[in-house]
Amino acid sequence: MSTATVTEPPHLQPATDDVRLRVRGLRAAFSAAGGRREVVSGVSFDLLAGQCVAIVGESGSGKSVTARSLVGLVGRGGEVHAETLELYGRDTRRFRARDWRRLRGRHIGFVLQDALVSLDPLRPVRVEIGEALRVHGWGDRASRSRRVIELLTRVGVPLPHTRARQRPGQLSGGLRQRALIASAIALDPGIVIADEPTTALDVTVQAQVLAELESMKQRGASILLISHDLSVVAQLADHILVMQQGRVLEQGPAAVVLGSPSHDYTRALIAAVPGEHTRGRPLSPGSAPRQTERRAARGTDPVLEAAGLVKRFTGPDGSVTTAVRDVSFTLAPGETLGIVGESGSGKSTTARLVLGLERLDAGTVRLLGEPWSALPERRRRALRPRITVVYQDPLSSFDPRWTVERILLDALPREDRTSASTRRARLLELLALVDLDPELLGRFPLRLSGGQRQRVSIARALAPRPSVVVLDEAVSALDVTIQAQILDLLARLQHTTGVSYLFISHDLGVISHVSDRILVMKDGAVVEQGTPRTIFGSPQHPYTQQLIASIPEFDPASLTGAPLENPDPLPRPIDADADGRAVSSIRPRPATEVLS
Amino acid sequence: MTRTSFADAGTSAETEASPATAPTSFGRARSRAVARQIVRKAGSALVVLWGAATVAFFAQLALPGDRATVILNIRAGQAQLRTPAELAPIRAAFGLERPLIVQYLDYLRGLITGDFGNSYQQFRPVTAIIGEQLGATIALSLTAILFAWLLMVVWVTLTAGRGPRLTAFGSLTDVVVAGLPAYWLGILLLLVFALGLRWFPVLGGSGPEGLVLPALTLAIPLAGFMSQSTRAEFERALEQPFVLTARMRGMGDWGVRISHVLRHAALPAITLSGWALGATISGAVIVESIFSRPGIGSVLVAAVNAQDLPVVTGIVTLVAVFYVVVNLLVDVVHTLVDPRLVQS
Amino acid sequence: MTALEAPGQTLNAAALLARRPWGLYVAVGFAVLLLVAAVAPHLLTSRDPSALDYPAALQAPSLTHWFGTDESGRDLYTRVVFGAAISLPIGLGAAVVGIVLALLLGSTAALAPRFIGAAVDRLLEVMFAFPALLLALLLITVSGPSAISEVFAVGLGTAPGYARMVRGQIKAAKGAAYVEAATALGHSRSRIVRVHILPNALRPLVAVFALSIGQSIVWASSLSFLGLGVAPPSPEWGALLDAGRSYITVTPWLLVIPGLVVVAVSIAATTIGRHLQSRLERGDRA
Repeated sequence: MSTATVTEPPHLQPATDDVRLRVRGLRAAFSAAGGRREVVSGVSFDLLAGQCVAIVGESGSGKSVTARSLVGLVGRGGEVHAETLELYGRDTRRFRARDWRRLRGRHIGFVLQDALVSLDPLRPVRVEIGEALRVHGWGDRASRSRRVIELLTRVGVPLPHTRARQRPGQLSGGLRQRALIASAIALDPGIVIADEPTTALDVTVQAQVLAELESMKQRGASILLISHDLSVVAQLADHILVMQQGRVLEQGPAAVVLGSPSHDYTRALIAAVPGEHTRGRPLSPGSAPRQTERRAARGTDPVLEAAGLVKRFTGPDGSVTTAVRDVSFTLAPGETLGIVGESGSGKSTTARLVLGLERLDAGTVRLLGEPWSALPERRRRALRPRITVVYQDPLSSFDPRWTVERILLDALPREDRTSASTRRARLLELLALVDLDPELLGRFPLRLSGGQRQRVSIARALAPRPSVVVLDEAVSALDVTIQAQILDLLARLQHTTGVSYLFISHDLGVISHVSDRILVMKDGAVVEQGTPRTIFGSPQHPYTQQLIASIPEFDPASLTGAPLENPDPLPRPIDADADGRAVSSIRPRPATEVLS
Repeated sequence: MTRTSFADAGTSAETEASPATAPTSFGRARSRAVARQIVRKAGSALVVLWGAATVAFFAQLALPGDRATVILNIRAGQAQLRTPAELAPIRAAFGLERPLIVQYLDYLRGLITGDFGNSYQQFRPVTAIIGEQLGATIALSLTAILFAWLLMVVWVTLTAGRGPRLTAFGSLTDVVVAGLPAYWLGILLLLVFALGLRWFPVLGGSGPEGLVLPALTLAIPLAGFMSQSTRAEFERALEQPFVLTARMRGMGDWGVRISHVLRHAALPAITLSGWALGATISGAVIVESIFSRPGIGSVLVAAVNAQDLPVVTGIVTLVAVFYVVVNLLVDVVHTLVDPRLVQS
Repeated sequence: MTALEAPGQTLNAAALLARRPWGLYVAVGFAVLLLVAAVAPHLLTSRDPSALDYPAALQAPSLTHWFGTDESGRDLYTRVVFGAAISLPIGLGAAVVGIVLALLLGSTAALAPRFIGAAVDRLLEVMFAFPALLLALLLITVSGPSAISEVFAVGLGTAPGYARMVRGQIKAAKGAAYVEAATALGHSRSRIVRVHILPNALRPLVAVFALSIGQSIVWASSLSFLGLGVAPPSPEWGALLDAGRSYITVTPWLLVIPGLVVVAVSIAATTIGRHLQSRLERGDRA
């Protein structure tokens, strides 16, 4: 829109002395024998001392490449051009490899996603952190190891001497991400680039990491935050760039971009974030409004009853872990029951128990009032079409040799296979149900986009006309706008077919958006259950309270008070200096409280 | 976002998280896991050895005809019918008159005490025949493995993940080199470096300089073979986020390759080492023949020609023992390089 | 996902695909030539492989004798051409024996009920403890050197490695998400094995078979080279090498050239196999 073409918006002219990073007209392209493709087309911004600039975008937006080109690491075949690329006033465009190496780690720290993969898994964290000091020739061995302990202490790692000797895999998610941050700030760089620093982390860990970044900012570091997650960005950012396909569509102070976005894409992105406030509303602009009024349940008998489910796993060292302990619930016709929990909470194991894919150690599952878990697999097979599943990663759940047509045919019940014409008709009907072009029948899933694959997966799950569909993290791997479309689709399908959903997710926003009732799981047990209103409004269990408190709250409606469907076409001047709470409703929590 | 629903089953994350909260109980769990693993590995090693010995024993029965006659004919070098009087001492010497099961148990008992039986042809214990020649072959094998590792590490570190052209060239070279027959490579090396350039002795030579060409003959295809899996792992590791993190710390390309990536990439090749020892010993059969080196290779070829089965099975069983022992060592080395294995 | 975009990778792959596979064309051309040599050697040479010509003994390669002559004046080129009719069937036969054994053992280990599977697992472990050449030598000791025992010896020697691969492939396919998805749809186990597990697990074996032909020819010629396979008057490639050994200092080409042919066969088989492999990996999806 209007701001998309502006290379030097008025707010990009601060006093030059505290500009740590100045970027103008940054372009990055990858070339190979196949041709040249520009993935970043003209990015401009300034990063000031103590400021957080965020780049928001979905996959393929070029945000990560932008971040990497700032430190000269775009990767093989990459070329970077810029009108201006200045770090602390030095032009980096003529930098040679050695200049870059001296810069990285010392003046710019880099924090990537989950430290489980971003720190060398074979080495203790002290070696990893110490390496940041060693490559820049900082101190001697003894002073380096003192410094490592000091750094771990600073980022709030308890028992730093013990932790330093452990490998990333031996640390909990929060601790190892802090160790990663410690390695990035080892030499107190003035700039820290955080590229999806909380992706793949549990929400409570995410809150800890965000608090750590916030306290770094307080200490005067400038942060460039790269994220696909608007709610994360809203927590930290002073200035936001929205990117799509290599272009900056819009940028400005956080309050303006989030509160009164001027570009349609930004608006769609904001509207797509699910949460309690979006219940009963479509998330994506194309979707028809969903009936706010729930259909009355058809009959009162539950379609699915789980009573006292228990599942234990024996580890290789003979230790027994209880993955699911005494879980009970019922699912009514046409209802959505959300199961939310962090990794290791047992929610996916529960899904597999319900699907009869894992043997129960105790408890029973009844499907449509009939025994289900008690049946031998041979008898259960006939009932399997009544309960189907949609996985997080649809691609791996399709036989790689099969086309969409073959995949869907395989799922058709016998009554739909009577003749070639009924088969064909049913296939087309299924595709129409999930808004896919019939032309895709001949395609292989590898050739489909993520959203299309998940639609095929949903069509397959619906093909046998099930009573229950288990959605196991079914939208978790999707970009937020695609996720919004799929969630809208699921809502519509439930409305038209009356199917019940068992919706498993780690994402509290998604769960609160879709669920009629919610189970909160921790360490294999249900700690609390209730409606979204009671769970989110007055959580009783301390863990639920902690969980709810960890959600980076993101309610765009509260930013401006205006409904998002009709945003004000003119950017509303909002004081950029206003503290975060007023504009983006960040919960003001002191860092120490979160980190304790 | 990168979590997969399949792996989410709670087990991995929980066992992973528990040590973080209780380091002491982790230490105990760890040593228990290690102990369990050692017992299991040793158990399966014993099973493999027993199986190998059994195969060896029954192979000895597989020669067609009466065993005593066969033995006598092999010794005499001519096939003819023998009288019972002629056969009696052979039967007694090899204990052939006893029931098969007794012979089998006796054979197993012999193996445990290091007795591999007697040669058909030479009337001497197999252990003595092999023992005289074993040193030379082991020296050759170990040198070859060492060379192979050096070649492989240098080659992969130089060529892996360096753009499509060099990568394609590197991996093509791996495959071609891995498929080179030892006899051809040996002859080529002999022609060029011994006969042509006269850098190394043509025949045998007990000194270290006589070991270079035979060891290289074995090492080059082995290096190519190991490079294939190492290269794949090397390139995979280069794409890992932790490598990016290391670069972002200011580490150079070589630093990253040597101190981070190589360790990950070496793991599959370490796993192959037990197999590699067997491969070099069997390759030694050919190489010793080309370079006229002493060793169990020449003993083996002679024994196969003469159908002297106790010698053949003795060598084969011995190599199986080496394989098993080296694999146990490999497991130890593997856990040193990748401490995560103890946990999982 | 969003965190690690690597556009460079996809472009490189595309570029590689766009390149013409010249290596493959050469390999296929060579394979065709070999087949002609094996089926109709007279199309490639007008001489007799066993025609003696003592005055012309031990001649260096020339226009009349492309590969030179041996100690009895026989034309080495002609002998190499005629050798194809012996070496290729041995290699092919050994590859078939190896793959069939591997399929039997590997699929039993992976698919049979637990205790049978575990027993076959152990058997594979034992077989794997014997290096391929030693296993082959063990068999030859018992059966005596001949072309047939060479076929079975090499097949038996290479089988354990392939069997392990088959087992690994099937186990991986068994654990694949699409197998669980099919189970959840209510398909029977036998159908899942037939429709999903075996086709996906065994597809790569087509490529492995091509690779193993090359490997088998190398092994078989090694046995002949040691004098434990086909014996010297025969023009089998390993036997040619064995015969040439005495003259290594005088006429090295008698060793180098037949060896080079074996190397070329092995490279051609590898090239074709690897091409098949990448085709199968991309599959008909691409």
